[in-house]
Amino acid sequence: MRILYFAWLRERLNKGEEEVNLPEQVRTVSDLLSWLASTDEAADLAFGDRRIIRAAVDERLVGHDASISGARTVALFPPMTGG
Amino acid sequence: MTFTGLVRSLAGSEIESMTLEHYPELAERQIGQILDEATTRFALLDAVVIHRFGELFPDEPIMQVMTLALHRREAFDGAEFLMDYLKTDAPFWKLEKTAGESSWVAAKESDDQAKRRWKLD
Repeated sequence: MRILYFAWLRERLNKGEEEVNLPEQVRTVSDLLSWLASTDEAADLAFGDRRIIRAAVDERLVGHDASISGARTVALFPPMTGG
Repeated sequence: MTFTGLVRSLAGSEIESMTLEHYPELAERQIGQILDEATTRFALLDAVVIHRFGELFPDEPIMQVMTLALHRREAFDGAEFLMDYLKTDAPFWKLEKTAGESSWVAAKESDDQAKRRWKLD
């Protein structure tokens, strides 16, 4: 699965994208955030307060309880400040 | 009704530039969806959203919302609905450069409140 990062999350992680092979039990966005934070200390620090991190699965804005199984791309990013 | 958002250049705010990062595929889908929602909700004859990205400078336009309706109320409400939505749910992030220092603009709670009045989600 491809993971995209944007804005200050991309900067803190020093990467805009990465390819991951997720273990079976990582099924939702919040599972993914926990798994990333547990496997990479930089991610744990970068996420900070995980509740504010927004997500999109295959280019659809979703909540943390959304499923990611079978997803091609998951994007993780800070609250949006467009307009 | 047309609304254009510019890069601030108020006296005393030494914004040198504002860089807009965005997620293109999600932006197109999100803006398309909200245009459909606004069109049905406010019986708009037509509606357009333009949102720029990359490095922009004071007084330059960042985005524009245009709505066309039979009556003023729908045109104004439709434009405001689109604006509120763009502030919170369109995948853009602003990096402001002032006095050589760059910092990410923080999302404002007031923007979330503004969107909630439309009872979208």
